Amino acid sequence: MYSFEFEKPSTIADAVAALGGEDAQALGGGQTLIPTLKQRLAAPTKLVSVSGIAEMKGVCVEDDGSVAIGGATTHATVAREAAGSYPALAALAGQIGDPAVRNRGTIGGSIANNDPAACYPAAVLGSGATIVTNARQIAADDFFEGMFGTALDEGEIITSVRFPVPQAASYQKFLQPASRFALVGAYVARFASGVRVAITGASEDGVFRWSEAEAALDKEFRPDALMGLKINPMNMIGDLHGSKDYRAHLVSVMTKRAVEACM
Amino acid sequence: MPKDSGIGASSKRREDVRFLTGAGNYTDDINVHGQAYVHFLRSDIAHGRINNIDTSAAEGMPGVVKVFTGKDFEGVGGMPCGWEVTDKHGAPMQEPPHPILAQGKVRHVGDPIAAVVADSLEQARDAAEAIEVDIEELTPVLDMKAAAQDGATLVHDDLKNNICYDWQLGEADDAKVDEVFANAAHVTTLDLINNRLVANPMEPRVAVAEYSRGTDEYTLYTTSQNPHVIRLLMCAFVLGLPEHKVRVVAPDVGGGFGTKIFHYAEEAFCTFAAKACNRPVKWTASRSEAFMSDAQGRDHVSTIELALDADNNFVGLRTNTYANLGAYLSTFSSSVPTWLHGTLMAGNYKTPVIQVNVKAMFTNTVPVDAYRGAGRPEATFQLERVIDKAARELGVDPIALRRQNFITQFPYDTPVALTYDTGDYNGTMDKLEAAADLAGFAARRAESEAKGKLRGLGVNCYIEACGIAPSNIVGMLGARAGLYDAATVRVNATGSISVMVGAHSHGQGHETAFPQVVADMIGIDESMVEIVHGDTSKIPFGMGTYGSRSLAVCGSAMVKATEKVIDKAKKIAAHLLEASEADIELKDGQFSVAGTDKSVAWGDVTLTAYVPHNFPLEVEPGLEETAFYDPANFTFPAGAYACEVEVDPETGQVSIEAFTAADDFGNIVNPMIVDGQVHGGIGQGIGQALLENCAYDENGQLLSASFMDYAMPRADDVPFYGVDHSSQTPCTHNPLGVKGCGEAGAIGSPPAVVNAVLDALNSGGRAVDHIDMPVSPSRVWAAMNG
Amino acid sequence: MTQVSMTVNGKAVSGDVEGRTLLSSFLRDHLALTGTHVGCDTAQCGACVVHVNGEAVKSCNMLALEAEGAEVGTIEGQAAEDGTLNTIQQAFQDHHGLQCGFCTPGMVMSAAALLKENPRPSEAEIRKYLEGNLCRCTGYHNIVKAIMAASGQDVTSIAAE
Repeated sequence: MYSFEFEKPSTIADAVAALGGEDAQALGGGQTLIPTLKQRLAAPTKLVSVSGIAEMKGVCVEDDGSVAIGGATTHATVAREAAGSYPALAALAGQIGDPAVRNRGTIGGSIANNDPAACYPAAVLGSGATIVTNARQIAADDFFEGMFGTALDEGEIITSVRFPVPQAASYQKFLQPASRFALVGAYVARFASGVRVAITGASEDGVFRWSEAEAALDKEFRPDALMGLKINPMNMIGDLHGSKDYRAHLVSVMTKRAVEACM
Repeated sequence: MPKDSGIGASSKRREDVRFLTGAGNYTDDINVHGQAYVHFLRSDIAHGRINNIDTSAAEGMPGVVKVFTGKDFEGVGGMPCGWEVTDKHGAPMQEPPHPILAQGKVRHVGDPIAAVVADSLEQARDAAEAIEVDIEELTPVLDMKAAAQDGATLVHDDLKNNICYDWQLGEADDAKVDEVFANAAHVTTLDLINNRLVANPMEPRVAVAEYSRGTDEYTLYTTSQNPHVIRLLMCAFVLGLPEHKVRVVAPDVGGGFGTKIFHYAEEAFCTFAAKACNRPVKWTASRSEAFMSDAQGRDHVSTIELALDADNNFVGLRTNTYANLGAYLSTFSSSVPTWLHGTLMAGNYKTPVIQVNVKAMFTNTVPVDAYRGAGRPEATFQLERVIDKAARELGVDPIALRRQNFITQFPYDTPVALTYDTGDYNGTMDKLEAAADLAGFAARRAESEAKGKLRGLGVNCYIEACGIAPSNIVGMLGARAGLYDAATVRVNATGSISVMVGAHSHGQGHETAFPQVVADMIGIDESMVEIVHGDTSKIPFGMGTYGSRSLAVCGSAMVKATEKVIDKAKKIAAHLLEASEADIELKDGQFSVAGTDKSVAWGDVTLTAYVPHNFPLEVEPGLEETAFYDPANFTFPAGAYACEVEVDPETGQVSIEAFTAADDFGNIVNPMIVDGQVHGGIGQGIGQALLENCAYDENGQLLSASFMDYAMPRADDVPFYGVDHSSQTPCTHNPLGVKGCGEAGAIGSPPAVVNAVLDALNSGGRAVDHIDMPVSPSRVWAAMNG
Repeated sequence: MTQVSMTVNGKAVSGDVEGRTLLSSFLRDHLALTGTHVGCDTAQCGACVVHVNGEAVKSCNMLALEAEGAEVGTIEGQAAEDGTLNTIQQAFQDHHGLQCGFCTPGMVMSAAALLKENPRPSEAEIRKYLEGNLCRCTGYHNIVKAIMAASGQDVTSIAAE
């Protein structure tokens, strides 16, 4: 790792101030960032840990029924504490990485990184969640901007994520056998207003909504509604672990299984 | 009744206590006062010509002690190869130089270009980034068949081509082999890839070297399976140091699996640099570095043809293999595709005519050498896959086809240079059929199908040649080393025993199993015996641990040394008991005179040996004996394995539902440890079959360069295994009748898994002829969907 | 350099570290607690698992300064003062749940975290929980068996010693 300063503020305001310097970077659980630093692939001058900010931690149900999760809340906490209020989200959090990673990794860190194979972006986009930062609120549909890209500005911190709770939802993850990230993950959420389907792991452009599947499921919410529906393999990721065609196929299979699990 | 101590007892491992309490002493746990740290600047391109290396900026960086490049090593030797293979025309293999740091060219991603020694590791890394390297990129040589063509780009400019050797074993008359195939009633042909693997012991490699100006002595702590071999190679062939001035210590080592046999450039570098810098020097590999610097395994591309007569008897076998050696010859790399592979092509079968052809290729990839099984898994995989395919083509039961062709008479001379001393392949297969409940498979398949899954059963046999082997024979075959081992049994005055053994324990449990043997021979408590290993200053000599040899070879030396001790102790006891030596019996730690009630205890005899007041004049005081043991033959563990898989037809996901191993290891000293060895081997074999794939892209970049892309088997990838080793035909030529068990699981399991997947994919009227390892979901899906 | 203080295995410790110093380095290099091992650089092998405030974490993937004020437990603190192995450690020895020993500290620490959360896990739950702990020696058979035994389950029917 290159040398860097370390700060651990206890309020959002202090964190924002600390991030004001050049090349300062926020540190969530560090489960992706620290390996990146070890490889010397990033050279922040300062890391600002958000793990000491109490107001960014925890799971709560808002007055409108949505579930709000603090940006510095670990996956393990979400898996435990959202199990009653938003079971599909809790189940997804419980499948990220491994137990020790889940005890450190945070929702804010995961979403800000927007790894194309990460699980959380599928839940955020599939739920139509709102990303709350120190400066503004961003709709999930406007947040993810392709592989590792987001709408966040320099120094902007995800303070919480607000999930509307669907009538039914399920995340089906097919494991990349080495990293155990998603080779393909499908998040299906059924709201009174319509169905949202978000796919992670599959696309060169990162997490995306599968609008054809949403339209078909809006008409008829059952697995058969997806019959014959195929995604174009062109933009899929093709690598050591699966061809473009295979990923396109898995998108259909995992989406269908998610619908089955919602039934 | 299972025994509770001695030979045959599942004694709990005494070494576990230190490992379970964090008190182990691994190489990275060793820090020497004043040590500096090494960082190697490694090539990020696969093939290139070095025009210039400018280290001037790096040398001025904070904390830098010294910067080294290939120029600093022009006066010393390169990394040696320990086995000279002679090609089929009688010419020696092509043996290119392998410098410690690259000279002239870089030949694989990870090839070390320069090394920085600095006060801290981060300072060394900072300085390495300031080294300016001007490299002209060259076309990488990657595809083995293309590399063998005339006019191909050369990995080594001074060689005539990229072929290290073109080797043959078995029937040399091509016309005779052609005739066998022409007259066969059926010929089955199969093209196979044995996927390249990374051994990945959980402990990455580490070297710590120190030099004493006062005594001109060096100490190297290193993660090695064989410290004496490292000392010999490094002193005699690389650095030109006097062997008696160099101590090599391999303390607790966190797994080896072959890849810690070899002498590596980093070890020689640290030893050299410790003197050059007049500072202790430490290097610890990161896992990322291990992926591009540890010798890798397997990587064969083969075509195998099996000829059968009208009665389904095997009448001929021919294989053609391209074996990837990578960019340089690693220590034992040349022996793996030849004498450890070709010699096993008879398998468990009485095929009369066999021809094995191997072209070993240089490519711009990390060097390839022995990995658990080393050559024998590649042979077994080819043979057991082609037999399964033949059975499918002929519509016969694959087990019956194997049984029909089993060797049943021993000793048996194979057409590929080995003499199997003993075995009972039908008996072992019987054990497998019972243990795996093969009769119940149809019902289990029906259950799986009811859930929408395909189920398959794969069965195969294996044989391996272990305890390699008489030194005079391996010498004729090109080995540049003897393959004996040594042990010293030092009895202390109070009767406790230290046994200095040449084998090295890095997971095998020698610290528990070896004392079981000595204690059993004398009839004393196991706790009175301790082994000492892994330090050239403490043990007489040793060739180390690999090839499932420790108990068969080093254990035999230990038995011989213990016998010498007992013989001498009997002389002393006879003197004390005023009896004839011939009448002295040793049982339960008591020497007694046959037919009388006169006896003297072990401890009294040992005390007398060191306090020789009342002592036979013709006997020297003391009680310590050394023995070297050179085996008379290989040992031949063999077995039969069964795997059952379920395949999800929608995703291609394969899950291992059951895995059963029936092995014949001859006699067994500690059944618990033997089971553990088989479990571990199976785990690695399943890893090869389903998950692991060391892949390079078209530029020679390593695609699977970390655990993020190299899929290691995890706990939820494997089931509980069934292990049966009650089929026992003891080895006929070593004193314990043991054969070795360390590699069996890794040799026997890949074909079982692949055969099972193909059985599933051919169920219910489907037809899939072949699938390559690793059998990933993506590949299964592609195979099922044309 | 910044001073960091924490409690390790019940003992208050402190030391001067850089921002980039990992918790694993602090334990190994500053405190000489070398039982915590480092087997990879991508947070996957789990040889470095320790407990921080009672939770399993990968100490090579956490900055030492993040553990300021924390209660840290390592493999060195698992046995009793007199050296008696704890239930999990003893089960690992009884059932041959380790070979080379390198992954073992992480395995034991993960197993302890699992049994705290789930005192009687099924085979499948154990295998799933060990997702972040790699072992290259045992094929996992005896590790899973040892954890089942440590949780008081009868393992005699599981094949092989």
